[in-house]
Amino acid sequence: MKDAMSDGPLLELKQVEKRFDLDQGFLETIKMRNGKVIREKRSVHAVNNVSLKVDRGEALCVVGESGCGKSTVARLIAGLLKPNAGEIHYDGTRIDNQSRRSMIPLRKKMQMIFQNPYASLNSRMNIQQALEEPVRYHNPGFSRGEVRDKVAEVMRSVGVDPSWSARYPHEFSGGQRQRIAIARALTVDPEFIIADEPISALDVSIQAQVLNLMLEAKDQRGLTYLFITHDLSVVQHFGTRVAVLYLGSVCELADTATLFENPKHPYTRALLSAVPQLKDDRPNHIRLRGEIPTPINLPQGCPFQSRCAYANDRCLAEQPRPVQQPDGSMVACHAVEEDRMVD
Amino acid sequence: MSLLSVRDLTVKFAMRDNTVTALDNISFDLAKGERLGIVGESGAGKSITGFSLMNLLSRPGFIDNGKILFEGEDIANMSDAQMRGIRGNRMAMIFQDPMVTLNPVLTIGQQMVETLMAHRKLSKAEAEQIAVVKLREVYIPSPEERLAQYPHELSGGMRQRIIIAMALLLDPELIIADEPTTALDVTIQADIMELLLELCQSNKVGLILITHDLGVVSQMTERTLVMYAGKIIEAGRTREIINDPQHPYTQGLINALPQQTKPGMRLKQIPGNMPSLTAIPAGCPFSPRCEYVRDHCRTTRPEPVQYAHVEVACHEVNRLHRENSEEQSA
Repeated sequence: MKDAMSDGPLLELKQVEKRFDLDQGFLETIKMRNGKVIREKRSVHAVNNVSLKVDRGEALCVVGESGCGKSTVARLIAGLLKPNAGEIHYDGTRIDNQSRRSMIPLRKKMQMIFQNPYASLNSRMNIQQALEEPVRYHNPGFSRGEVRDKVAEVMRSVGVDPSWSARYPHEFSGGQRQRIAIARALTVDPEFIIADEPISALDVSIQAQVLNLMLEAKDQRGLTYLFITHDLSVVQHFGTRVAVLYLGSVCELADTATLFENPKHPYTRALLSAVPQLKDDRPNHIRLRGEIPTPINLPQGCPFQSRCAYANDRCLAEQPRPVQQPDGSMVACHAVEEDRMVD
Repeated sequence: MSLLSVRDLTVKFAMRDNTVTALDNISFDLAKGERLGIVGESGAGKSITGFSLMNLLSRPGFIDNGKILFEGEDIANMSDAQMRGIRGNRMAMIFQDPMVTLNPVLTIGQQMVETLMAHRKLSKAEAEQIAVVKLREVYIPSPEERLAQYPHELSGGMRQRIIIAMALLLDPELIIADEPTTALDVTIQADIMELLLELCQSNKVGLILITHDLGVVSQMTERTLVMYAGKIIEAGRTREIINDPQHPYTQGLINALPQQTKPGMRLKQIPGNMPSLTAIPAGCPFSPRCEYVRDHCRTTRPEPVQYAHVEVACHEVNRLHRENSEEQSA
């Protein structure tokens, strides 16, 4: 299957930007400031100048805290949102400017799994209907028997008994629903899966079940993943590469092993140190000042400056660019670049 | 005497034509200033335990049997008026979502002053002074100004700090924290947990920390209860439970964490789901999911026994231990 395709990355984001306007229409833009009437349009800068590549067979994890733009990145790639600037290429073709109709064949290759399995399954459709729908839609030529066989095969592969197909979503537990949501994505034999916090809503013992299922699907079907999560232990287990997002910008991008062994960006270091560990009693937690600023009217310079212990004048004035490090990781930080961080 | 002593607590919920047992014969003690973790997955009965301790169970839930002794007095039988004297005053609760705890139409100051004046004879000015001191203790910047702000003006981490300040307002002896950081980001969670730990230690406040996160329990508490389907299945010192768990469920829970397996390898999963409270299996509630199950597990309920250094409710703990040590020596 892979040979006929191009050798380039399966997915490429080039300097993608996404803003959400807060003030829509003329009236909302009129404000009073210091006794004067002014026009001002505020917008949320959700994704700023993000460039990423995902190679075939990879599992790229995107991590970050709430509001950092992880989910927006996922939605941009899936074509659910249009970027304000930049380009998104899938398998060599640009996809961000395509019409809905021309996206259809692409959606067969690219599927999405969402966080909340209670919201992502239609409660009025039984499992058979929910799983049949995408098969029929993307394979109009299939006979009824073929559709049924496909659904049964996929159900078996995610560990859901095909004899349950007449049941409705409310009859299943959260973990089972998430399996069904994964099954739904797998029915059309995709090559790329965007998973947006697929296990965050599940209990620990169930998380392991779903994560195992996703790993199995990766090996058996040669899937490529973009995995969005805030849980770093999952990243370490599942990801081949990691992109750390802060306030809509990629601050560090590295192989998983490299990132966990040798995190470079001050934010990545703080993030890793904040994970509660099982074994050692005394955590070596790096305290960050303050909290994540709002992505409305971003500060000039480095987005992390307000919480960074290494921030200086240059960080306030100039936004750092991603720079390749000797071990291959990309880090956007003046302090790392100038080597003025003390270990 | 221990600060809190729970004896044979059974909590039931009345359904239309039967009752379900949410907590089944739970007993534990908490010493003054001790930090206790309650871990388990959703539906295990962690939160119901917390609610029962605060006497906050509302219909259809009720305490069917058992005692909750808070400094020797039985909370389970107290009137609402008596309970009001204890709640918020001698024991306080911190919930998962700060926005649910805070009243959105009152300022932070109004809410803190109200709590103080309800329990102490204080003037408004005095109460405000105490509020400022408490806000400073939780590292709220410019606390005087915060008093005039509404909850929506503050960030999630800040709100949870304020909740902690409010819980500490009347210098309680016990704080019950029900998933206090689950709604927060990792970096903020680490801050809040550090703060809570520091305050409990410096003020000698007892803490019951209810959470699903074993990492949090490991860093915050001295003793741990592991709950499953309304029962305590393992109890002991946190370190010992994390390092050498005895119950197959606790072992499964710890082994299922991604950090316990090499990256990219299959995780050790526990098959199946937690039973629903309406269909708790006879015998050991964990038996349908347990790999060590024997016939008697399905029929007889295991009673907690002292094993190694923990209390564990499992028929097969001897065999389990033997097999594990054989495995290790082999």
